[in-house]
Amino acid sequence: MLRLSRGARLALMAIVGLILLFMYVPLFVLILNSFNESQISGWPIKNFSTKWWAFARNYQPIRDALLNSVLVATGAMIFASILGTLVAFAMKGFNFFGRGTVNILVVLPIALPGVVTGVAFSNTYSNFLTPAGFNIGYFGMIVAHATFCIVMVFNNVFARLRRMNPNLQEASADLGAGLWQTFRLVTFPQFRTSFAAGALLAFALSFDEVVVTIFTAPPGIDTLPLWILKEVGRPNQASVVNVVATVVILLSLIPVYISQRLTRAQEHER
Amino acid sequence: MSDITTNSQPRSVRRSRPVSSYLLRRPKLRLLSLLALPMTWIIGVYIFSLFLLLITAFWNVDPFTSLVSPGFNLENFSLVLTNPSYIATSVRTLLIALTVTLVCIMFAVPLGIFMAKIARPWLRNALAVAITLPLWAGYLVKIIAMRLVFTEEGFFNWAMSPIGVRGPGFSVPIVILTLTYLWFPYMALPVYTAIRQIPPNLFDASSDMGAKGFTTVWRVVIPLIVPAMIAGSVFTFSLSLGDYLAARFTGGATQMIGSIIAANINLNPPVAAAYSMVPITFVVIYLAVARRTGSLERM
Repeated sequence: MLRLSRGARLALMAIVGLILLFMYVPLFVLILNSFNESQISGWPIKNFSTKWWAFARNYQPIRDALLNSVLVATGAMIFASILGTLVAFAMKGFNFFGRGTVNILVVLPIALPGVVTGVAFSNTYSNFLTPAGFNIGYFGMIVAHATFCIVMVFNNVFARLRRMNPNLQEASADLGAGLWQTFRLVTFPQFRTSFAAGALLAFALSFDEVVVTIFTAPPGIDTLPLWILKEVGRPNQASVVNVVATVVILLSLIPVYISQRLTRAQEHER
Repeated sequence: MSDITTNSQPRSVRRSRPVSSYLLRRPKLRLLSLLALPMTWIIGVYIFSLFLLLITAFWNVDPFTSLVSPGFNLENFSLVLTNPSYIATSVRTLLIALTVTLVCIMFAVPLGIFMAKIARPWLRNALAVAITLPLWAGYLVKIIAMRLVFTEEGFFNWAMSPIGVRGPGFSVPIVILTLTYLWFPYMALPVYTAIRQIPPNLFDASSDMGAKGFTTVWRVVIPLIVPAMIAGSVFTFSLSLGDYLAARFTGGATQMIGSIIAANINLNPPVAAAYSMVPITFVVIYLAVARRTGSLERM
């Protein structure tokens, strides 16, 4: 075992405490400020109230932004789920030339800075597609989101496929099942939990994304993070921003929580 | 499992499956049909967009119509590479990204040692969750939260007022702190995992040979977790390098590479495109160096 002096142990504990404070104090300050009665966020909070929550609930721009966020994240999730699963099957079942390249291609959209990805899409949309008479609009935002979400589904499904017993598929084929039948009745039931977990992570990733959204959202369309971004500079509604930010925290954490529960449940199954 | 057999038995009697048997005998075609859609998407949309961005970097903006016009000139690249303020921004961004990585390492190592070697199992698990959770708490939300903490009438100045310390206000140090806050889990988790995997008898051997705790950490633990640090640094470095919203909201007048790209994308797309090649180059070089050390295979 590692033997450390009493002083060293105490110092370590102090550092860990500091890290936890550093990670959680800002989030608590933000969440508590969503209950700040004052228009201006600050500390300490003098009067608590839920009036900004009530205001946000009926405020049309926030409702629109929430709807857009859900729509975009759902669209991105659907496309990313299909594409990520297809790549995972190709990588699992075949050893082909360029396998490493395919892996890099899937990771690249999330490895390159968001501003580069966003600018690349924006450039294609506004300097090439629009002059050619093709206005991609809302769908362009979903395409961009789906592109960097593929890796989430791919990682989850691929990890599961690697641990699957290939004999079951062969047995299915031997019994006369076609490819689609084998997939539907034998393969899919085995990886559907990872599939769902990956899809939820893709949803959360898209829901939370802002940099690529800045460059690909059509004019006048806001997602929740985009709405926050526009409002932060304005001092008069600071507390509403904190309400929306708290909602974003909750709505990103819920899919991740379910996703991890699914993954854990699957591990216990085995 | 039981319903699978009952479901498939009646249908498996059917013989002719022209598509399936055709595909079964042709693995290449099967691979192609799996990859066709995703590769069309990634290469046809994403890689092609990056390529178009590179092309745009050689174009220029018509000064009268302020429209982008195709052409071939290296002005944008020479501007990005020789203009003092662009160079200063590139260097500043690079230094910020490196500092963030160093700060992350300095926090991650003691945290990892505590979690892996000192904490009891329940505390270890609780800490692992506590470190992972903020990763999903929202990127912009965390920037706003840091802004609330370090603003003039914010939490930090309030908490420090009894000892007479005041925060530096929105500036480069706060940007570094915010970026550390954003990306710290990416460093903490691999470092912790690596420390856990060190065999306990190495510690015994080290202490048998007379090394004190700190010497063991410095001479045994640190060299063994360098690959994990490099793996984590790929995230902390490249994510910090491309970021600009942290600088915008917690940096005061601080500009990073992304700030300039974002500011130019509507006014002068070719310059934005040329400047985009700078972070891409940095990230690619960093990845290539990290790859040479062999640390990426463990990710």
